[in-house]
Amino acid sequence: METFFQQIINGLSLGSIYALLALGYTMVYGIIKLINFAHGDIYMLGAFWGYYVINVWHFNFISALLSAMLVGAASGVIIEYFAYRPLRRSPRITALITAIGVSFLLENGMSYLFSSNTRDFPQIIKQVNYHIGGVLISNIQILILVTACVLMVLLQLIIKKTKMGRAMRAVSVDPDAAELVGININWTISFTFALGSALAGAAGVLIGLYYNSIDPLMGMTPGIKAFVAAVLGGIGSVPGASVGGFIIGILETFVQSIGLSAYKDAVVYFVLIVILLILPAGIFGKNTKEKV
Amino acid sequence: MKKTMIKKVVSMAAIVMTAGIFAGCSTAKTTTKGNQTTGNTIKIGVNMELSGAAAGYGNSQKQGIQLAAAEINKDGGINVNGKKKKIKLIIRDNKTSTNTSASVAAQLVNNDKVAAIVGPATTNAGTAEIPNITKAAVPSVSPSATDPAYTLQKSGKVQPYVFRACYQNNFQGSTAAKFMTNTLKAKRVAVYADNSSDYGTGLAKAFKKAYTGKVVDSQFFTAGDKDFNAVLTSFKSKKIDAIYAPGYYNELGLIIKQARQAGINVPIVGSDGMADPKLAQIAGDQNASKIYYTTPFSDDVAKDNPTAVKFMNKYKARYHQDAPTFSALAYDSVYMIKTAIENEKSADSVKIAKGLANIKDFDGVTGKITMNKNHDPEKPIAIEQLTKGKVSNSFDIK
Repeated sequence: METFFQQIINGLSLGSIYALLALGYTMVYGIIKLINFAHGDIYMLGAFWGYYVINVWHFNFISALLSAMLVGAASGVIIEYFAYRPLRRSPRITALITAIGVSFLLENGMSYLFSSNTRDFPQIIKQVNYHIGGVLISNIQILILVTACVLMVLLQLIIKKTKMGRAMRAVSVDPDAAELVGININWTISFTFALGSALAGAAGVLIGLYYNSIDPLMGMTPGIKAFVAAVLGGIGSVPGASVGGFIIGILETFVQSIGLSAYKDAVVYFVLIVILLILPAGIFGKNTKEKV
Repeated sequence: MKKTMIKKVVSMAAIVMTAGIFAGCSTAKTTTKGNQTTGNTIKIGVNMELSGAAAGYGNSQKQGIQLAAAEINKDGGINVNGKKKKIKLIIRDNKTSTNTSASVAAQLVNNDKVAAIVGPATTNAGTAEIPNITKAAVPSVSPSATDPAYTLQKSGKVQPYVFRACYQNNFQGSTAAKFMTNTLKAKRVAVYADNSSDYGTGLAKAFKKAYTGKVVDSQFFTAGDKDFNAVLTSFKSKKIDAIYAPGYYNELGLIIKQARQAGINVPIVGSDGMADPKLAQIAGDQNASKIYYTTPFSDDVAKDNPTAVKFMNKYKARYHQDAPTFSALAYDSVYMIKTAIENEKSADSVKIAKGLANIKDFDGVTGKITMNKNHDPEKPIAIEQLTKGKVSNSFDIK
């Protein structure tokens, strides 16, 4: 039983990272119907930024986290401006391929500039383990869980309560109509990218701190799994992405705990196939009928 | 319109292909087998994983290769039958892909006309290279392809142009198994192997075959994984005496960290992929105790080996970091080619292959090397122990 609860804790801390990443996918998809495959690499940039500022400028955890969010946001906006904005009126597949291209550019560019070696992330917060009823939980796991939840609630507030959030929702429903009522589409889309990428930047620093290991290809697998999480929760839906992230994290943990560790990735992708077949809109997705 | 286009393309392709076939015939008839070395340089090709998943190892190896070549050239070059010839390295990236490795090999042997190849680092990319180098009769020395079958043909005969500088898996795996039983007295062992390469799965298989105790659980991870808590938690509930975890330092560092933080304090035994200063950095010094790994290149053993001391000092001076095992193996690979050329008094590729097959008591950084009939180097093996991130002990395994 203790093992069971321990695995739940393991699954939740893994899931919170996937959830943070999945939010970025889902927001960008919701607003311009583009799967931004470079999203996982922004997470990598966030981790490298955290590594740099902590080592060179001796930032503390909070300032490293916040500055990584800013850097993530800035790189998201830059990528959107140069890579996706010129393609806004092109077929969707063009933008999709560009997204994969940007992802490769970031991965291999970083490998080229900073070598593909794995680096050890500076441990600015000393790990403390708490034993609660035989279950081991570390302060960093709690920190990740709390930070992830706070950021998700904040995001929900921005989308539901602010003027900018209303503009985002409007653009996602009908961009042309939104423009007619005076919403600046470019500005709104940039803002969405900034918001999603800031979360990825934060996830990068959290992961660096938790696992103590970063490398230029670190965004690849989590990026794809977060994408699965976003689809599972219903792509385009913000609460769906959070729930999807936690489900994928816990699923992966349980698959490993019953001895099928060799198939843990396969199971995640199998879930993707099943979801696409039986519930293409995901758990929280709106099932809109297409009018012909 | 479209149809004529397709026709055109098809006929063009046909012409090109036929031309290719004829070209192949004519070269095969007019020249002798292999690549000859003319002029004052010896071209050595490097087919290496410089980007992609195995880039970390590939780049360490590249540094070892470049150090060796620079050193040899500084001394005037390789002595080919009384005449000193400098090494010219032609370094190409195979992107950790089997397809690219095959085409890189073809480019090196056919266009660049190299006399020998160092690389690739991984068994998969290495195996992809074999048909092209065998056709061209150019030998390759892989610093780190460990699969037992890598140097063998399907029939069990040795591949005439394929060599390696590292141990093959069976040797390392069974050494670890003996160490578990005899020294650690471990009766219940969990195996946690990297299944993204032949290296991890091969070692796990060899270990299980040789280990006489009980393997209570056998699990796998993939290169690039960061979270191992789930499997470690399930190990914890199974009352194990030790963990055998063959893989590379990137993941092993994290496994050690997460195991210790989860309260698993049993010995963790691994393979030479762990022998890197980065392991303790990633794991954290306070976590890296009771860690053992099999290695050809231990600091302790190296102290008595002047070649190794020289190598480690030069490496540090040039790259400002401690030499990882991969660099040492790559460095040895270049010197093995040099020795082969000097023994055969010729830098023609076929002769180099012959020289490599006959290497005996070669004084390498990773120990005295003798090539056996399967083109596997025979050299001493040691097991190093880490305590608080530092090597605290080393065991000679007979």
